[in-house]
Parts: sequence; structure tokens; C-alpha cells
Amino acid sequence: MSTIADFINKNARQNVLDALAKAKDNESYHALLSLTEARALERADAVDRGEITGRLAGVPFVVKDNFLAYGAPTTAASKMLESFNAPLQATAVEKLEAEGAICIGKANLDAFAHGGSTENSAFGPTKNAIDQTRVAGGSSGGSAVVTALDIVPFALGSDTGGSIRQPASFNGVVGVKPTYGTVSRYGVVAMASSTDTIGTFATNAADAALIMDIISGRDSKDMTTLPDFFATITEAPAPLKIGLIKEFMSPEVDQDVRDRVNEYADKLKTAGHQIDDVSLPIVSLTLAMYYIIVPAEISSNLARYDGIRYGRRSQGVQTLAQLYGRSRDEGFVTENKRRIMIGSYVLSSGFFDAYYLQAQKARTLLINEFNELFKTYDVLIGPVAPTPAFLLGENTGDPIKMYLADIMTVPASLAGLPAISVPAGTSTAGLPIGVQLMGQRRSDAMLLSLAESMEQK
Amino acid sequence: MIDEETLQKYDMTIGIECHVQLATTTKLFSGADNDAREAAPNTVVNPIDFGLPGMLPVLNREAVNLAIKAGKALNSEIAHVSRFDRKHYFYPDLPKGYQTTQMYHPIIIGGHVDAPLEDGTTVTVRIHHAHMEEDAGKLTHFGDYSLVDLNRAGTPLIEIVSEPDIHSPAAAKAYATELYRLMTYAGVTNGDLYHGNMRFDVNISIAPKGALELGTRAEVKNLNSFRSVERAAEHEFRRQVEQLEKGERIVQETRGWDDAKQKTSSQRSKEDAQDYRYMPDADIPPIVLEDAEIAEIQATVPHLPPYFRAQWNEAGFNKDIIDALLLSQSSAELIERIRLSSDADIAKRVGFWFLKLVSKDDAEDGPLRVATADVADNYYIELATMVQDGKLNSNAGDAVFEEMNKTGEAPTVIAERLNLIQVSDEGAIAAIVDEVLADPASAQAVTDLRAGNDKVIGFLVGQVMKKSQGKANPALAQKLIRERL
Repeated sequence: MSTIADFINKNARQNVLDALAKAKDNESYHALLSLTEARALERADAVDRGEITGRLAGVPFVVKDNFLAYGAPTTAASKMLESFNAPLQATAVEKLEAEGAICIGKANLDAFAHGGSTENSAFGPTKNAIDQTRVAGGSSGGSAVVTALDIVPFALGSDTGGSIRQPASFNGVVGVKPTYGTVSRYGVVAMASSTDTIGTFATNAADAALIMDIISGRDSKDMTTLPDFFATITEAPAPLKIGLIKEFMSPEVDQDVRDRVNEYADKLKTAGHQIDDVSLPIVSLTLAMYYIIVPAEISSNLARYDGIRYGRRSQGVQTLAQLYGRSRDEGFVTENKRRIMIGSYVLSSGFFDAYYLQAQKARTLLINEFNELFKTYDVLIGPVAPTPAFLLGENTGDPIKMYLADIMTVPASLAGLPAISVPAGTSTAGLPIGVQLMGQRRSDAMLLSLAESMEQK
Repeated sequence: MIDEETLQKYDMTIGIECHVQLATTTKLFSGADNDAREAAPNTVVNPIDFGLPGMLPVLNREAVNLAIKAGKALNSEIAHVSRFDRKHYFYPDLPKGYQTTQMYHPIIIGGHVDAPLEDGTTVTVRIHHAHMEEDAGKLTHFGDYSLVDLNRAGTPLIEIVSEPDIHSPAAAKAYATELYRLMTYAGVTNGDLYHGNMRFDVNISIAPKGALELGTRAEVKNLNSFRSVERAAEHEFRRQVEQLEKGERIVQETRGWDDAKQKTSSQRSKEDAQDYRYMPDADIPPIVLEDAEIAEIQATVPHLPPYFRAQWNEAGFNKDIIDALLLSQSSAELIERIRLSSDADIAKRVGFWFLKLVSKDDAEDGPLRVATADVADNYYIELATMVQDGKLNSNAGDAVFEEMNKTGEAPTVIAERLNLIQVSDEGAIAAIVDEVLADPASAQAVTDLRAGNDKVIGFLVGQVMKKSQGKANPALAQKLIRERL
């Protein structure tokens, strides 16, 4: 797979034309919802004329279609925003453009990023880069697949409960979910405000670090952004204490997945790091916490899609209630409605204390358990998902089974920790398997330097 | 109609929620202009107020500072940690599908307002809390369609929630009026009542005198003048008494006030109440305030009405003067500066002049700005001293005051120019007195005075004043007349 360096100091127009051609050749994967061809070529020409410079001058990339960006509608893979053209761009996109990067298209996702397979896209699923009968993972499935198919060297995604890490694992690329607050959420369609993070897919850890270095930083438009802290580390880390989370390695987890993770642990040991089995007992409760807190926030964040000011408005309605009801019915997919229903329920008067507040208290316990482990360990590792990419349609009829696939990614999301997914080989059937590296808040660059140091081993 | 005797059998209990629009430059969570009074619909709206996808709130620190000042005016505590929550409901004027407010951890806690009534008594109303929140937009209905204007969406407000400590319409009016003074003096709001800068929701219930439990309350929403607060409370009291006397129940409901008809009418009952599904707003970090920071901001709050009342009561100002002076913050501050740099008598004298400039009715619809030229404080003191020392008589003093407010000139300059310096030279006045007494027109008065009708001396003094073009010292003139007769 190509790296960012392969695109630097080349003819930018050619870079973009090649990427667009590859995108068209790979239409059958349905990884992209739109191409921003005209704008991309304009920008490429400006780069070639020397009018746009920067660390990513002429490098093509793709953004998940829940990022507001010029050149194509921002649909969030929903009928609700099918023809919504953004009047401004996400901070992350602006920062990449300021370094000369060129967005060539917008990637498919589960509608409003609700899902873990990209099968909830209102415009049809994205297929796995390695096996077209399998899911891309999600919700940032399209971004993972365009990176894995080598259409672009990196692509932006958003990760609320695993939406970057899991598709990275399913398609064999690097995926970074940073510390909560590292990258501005401004201009990204909100899902769950307290766990939404913006990150990247790349073909290698060093490229991922470069992208994170560019898109991270305090943004006056997002009050939850942290003061700038991300600084790329080029040298390999000194010997670390690493904990392998044993609850993630239970027999229910696919044998191939456990084998690859164990092998990665062995390689870490060989490289001089200390590996111990550690326990995070509260893990068994994290899905329950997640599927209360996140739907609650979703029900709130999706309330603005009412058909009044923009987006889908149902025709032929007689009353205001019908306008709301039908517009939302037509604009949202089943999974959106399911989460809005759950969220509205747990926030209802009389249930708020029993569900939402309880879940928030449990979340504090989870954070405490992580902090306890970080007193001893620098890094925690485990699988990203219990299985490699599953078959298209395999889990669609069973939302609970679909939610269970998130069990290893939601803990870092709820605790706001950085977590990355790095390729760790394949299953016996040849499907990619990722290993997850988690660290303390703000240890993002260290995790990437560790991943980079292990890439050649 | 219910007779007074029946009304006497009941007590009323009133609590008031007051929305105060904060005098910030920009909105609570966006950089859009906070003054939309003259703007065309939907022109003072940015993507955040519009609720575009991906937009995030950025808390306006100026609004927080104004809330901290409001807390001082309300004798409240400022929370060291306060937070924003989301209140959900669907309505076309609510762009995000929720209102950002402070449900669980408001910034202002407790406090009280001592509101003076017109009869000279004072009602103390405790404050439960006050929270920050954003306003919604506006929906206007036309036949079979409605139009949305989001100019007001995102305007910063504080909602001040009182305890049910009010028991008469007059006290309700007094509380509303005093809140208005406190908030305008503290600079929290511009106090433009016509444009809804302060809006009152009056919760009222009645119960037979002596009853231990409160009755079911009705809430009259969106009152925007002190008079309507009083009238709505009066009307609602009568309506509820009538209802109970007829043997009917009071329904918990929201009622509107029709200013033209001077009556309340039902808008929606509690059965229609929505479940707002409140939740913490994760997009806005908690407001964390240290004591030192709070003290620093509150130190910038100027003197408030209770301070002036206390000072002036002690200095012997009468209530009418105090009330009139407090109608305008700039006049109140001026009089207090004069009192401190001269003395209470001079200050009172200047106060009387200002009393003539302001009338209470003016204050019903907004802040009172007494229009004066830029007059130096010491000019007012000089003018009052001139009158006190007999250099100007009181009519001349009024004239100089009026002219001084137009031109800003020194009072001596004006008095000279208008030729108003009082003549206290006995010889000069004696000549005029002789002239007046010799005038045949005075003959009758002279006869009457000699006959012991002392009242007519006023007529003779008046003649002297007239002949002297108002400059004669009237006391001296009187003395000279008496000497001659």
C-alpha cells in the first residue's frame, strides 16, 4: 500500500486523476458516496502552480460523509441530508486543506454513524476491501475501504464507540481514535457529544501520526478541545509496561483473533517490553453503559433534523406534528429510529435517574478502573473486535448481536482514552485482524510511535 | 361579580419567574449580534443559532459575567461549578430541538429582593435560584401558514425564580419593579420592556384565609410591564375566587394575559405538559468560578437602589424624592455624588429639580434617561448654593437649571446672561417698594393690609417682583413693605 510520501513532490493533478480513476474502478465496493472532482482538480492545479503549499501539498484524501466539506453534499449517508450542501467546512478538513491536501470524495458510513458495518447507510452497504461478501465494518466503513484499496493514502473518520478502530481492523489498515478533545468536532455531524472523536485511517503509523499532528489542536469553535498536546515522536519508545486485558481474550472471542493478538504481544515482549495479563472487570457492564448514554445523546443531537430549516421535508402534510413525524420517518433509517427511541426513553421523566444517571456513575467506575491500571501500565492491549469481518447481512436482523461486536472498543470511548487499531495479520481465511493499543489520556503520539516501532517486526 | 367581603375570605400566594435579556454584544453561544430590534427577520442568525449539522456552542463569557453581577444584585450565592443542560421539545422556532438551559446546576443560588411598596412598606421576596439560558426564535401565524424568525434564537437570558413570598398584586408589582431597577442599575440588561428585555411569568394560587396548604396554581405567562403584572394578579385572584365560590376546582394551567381586555385566558393545561427529557449538555464544559474571580467581577457593580435608599433616608430625603430620583440611574448617581461632595441640603435642592424632570409613568415602558447636557457636578452645587444663599430666588433657580441642562454653561454665566441675579440691595428694593405702594393699582391692597388682612401682602410682594423682573429678594421686599405700612 502506498504512503503519503509517495504523493509528495509529484504532479498534484496526476495524483488526483489517479485517485479518481481508482475510485471509479472500485465503484463495486460502494466505499464513496460522492466525488468532489471539480473542486479537487481546481485545488490540484493551484498546488501545481505553487499557490498552495504545505506538508500535504497535492496529497489526495477522502472524508467520511458526516464531515461538512465543500464540493459535494454532506449526507451522513441519510435521506434526511441527501441534498444538504454545507456552507462551511469542518475544522479538520480546513486544517488538511491548509497543508495542501486535496479531498477527492466523501466516504460511505452507517447513516448518522449509527452502526458497526456500514450496512445502515441509506444508500447501501460498503463491501470489505479484502472480501466483497463481507462487511466493511463501521461506521466509518467507506474511509477504511478507500485506504485499504489504496485509492488514497489516508482518510478521515469519526469514532464514537469504535467506528474507526473496528473497520480499520476489518480492512487491515491503521485507525486512530484519539483522546477525547484532541481534534475539533466542529463541522462534523454530531452523534454522541461526550464520546465523538475525529481520527484518521492510514496505511502506516507514521502517516497516521502526521495526519493527527495536523488535525489536532485547540479550536475556539469547539469548547471541548484540549490545549495542543500532540507532538509526533519519531524514536521507538523505551521499554514499556504493557497489560493484556484478559476479559478481551475470553473463549467467546474468535480463536484467530486471540492468536494474532497473542503473537503481537509476543513480538512486543521480544522488542523488550514487559507484558502482563491484567483485568478490567467492569468491561462486562460497558455495553450497557454505552447503549444508554450514547442513544440518549443521539436522541438529543438528532432533534434538529425536523424538516423546518433544511434537510428532508415530507410533502403533503396537514399538521405540524405530521411534518415532524413524516419527515423524520422518511429521513432516518431503522437504526437511527431505534437509538432515538431508546435515548428518549432513558431520558424520560422518571427514568432519567434509573438509567442515564446510573450509567454515568458506572462510567466513572470504568474510568477509575482504567486509572488504576495506568498506575502500573503504560499501554493496554487487546483485540479490536471479537471476530474478523462478518458476512454482509449476517447480523442485520439481530441488533443485540451487532452491538456485542462493539464490546472491546466502547471502553476507551466512554473513558475518553486514545486507542488505535493496527494490523496484526490475518485469519486462517485470510481476513485482516487488528490489535488495539490503548493508553492514558494524551498518550496518543506514544501509542503511534510504539505501533511504528513494531511495524517491521 | 364577587363582592369585596367574599374576596376578603381568601389569601393569594404569588411566585414570579422573570426572564431577563442580558446586555451582551453577541448571543449566548454564537458571535451573532445580540441586538435584533431593528433587524429584518433571520438576518441576525449564524450557523450555530440556525442549528446546522456539526455546529457547536461557544459560551459567551460576557454573559457569564453579567449573571455574576445579577447574583450580586439579588444578594445571591454564585455557584463555583454550574452547568448547562438541554431541554427538549419540538417547535419551529427552536432550531436545535432543544433549549440550552441550566436545569440541574444553576449559576445563581438563593438570595432575596427587598421591594418597597407605594404605601411605604417593604416586601422581602426570597430568590430560589436564577439560571442562564438561551431564548427561542419567534413564530408568526398567517392563515394557513406560519413564518419563523430566528433573530432572537440564542439571545442570552437569565431566569430569576422567586419563592412564593408575594401576597398581593401591589407586592407583585413592587417586586417586578425592583427587579427591573436592580437589573438595569447593575448593567445586567438594557431593560427595554417594549422589546421584551424583561418578561414576567406570574404563578398564583389562592386559599381560604388561615389554610395551611396552598391552592392549585395557575401561571400567567409573558407579562412585559409592571402594571400588567399587577393587573394580571388582581384579575387572576378574582377569577380563582369566583371559581371556588361557584364550587369549581382550579385547574393547574398556563394562562395568557390580554392587555386590551385586561383579563387572563387559558392557554394549556398541565395534562398537555411535555416531558422535556432534560440531560447535561456535553458540548459545554462546566462553568468553574473561583471566589476571587467572582469578587473581582462583582466589584464592578455600581451602587444599587437599596444603597441609595439607605443613604438618602438617613440624610432625610423624603420618599417621593427618593422614588423619583431612583427612576433614573444617572440622576441617582449624580445626586449621591453631590451629597457626598457638598451636603444633604444641597443634594435635596438639586433632587427637587430632577423630580420635575421625571415622572413615574415614564418608567413603565423602559429605562428612563433624563436628557441633560453634559453638566459638571459642581455647577449643580453652585446653582443650589446660589439659591440657598439668596442670590437667586427659586423661580430664577428653576430657570437657570433648565437652561444649564440645555447648554452646560456655568450657573453664574447663565444667571448673568438672563439677568436673574437676585437684588438684595435694600436701597434698590426700597425704591421699587415705594413705587409699588404709590401706584393707584395698589391702593386697595394697602388699605386692606392696614385693616389687618395680612394675605394681601403676597399681592404687593408680587408687584415688587414683577417690577424688578423677578430679581428682587422677596423676603427683603416683604420686610420693607411691612416697615412702610
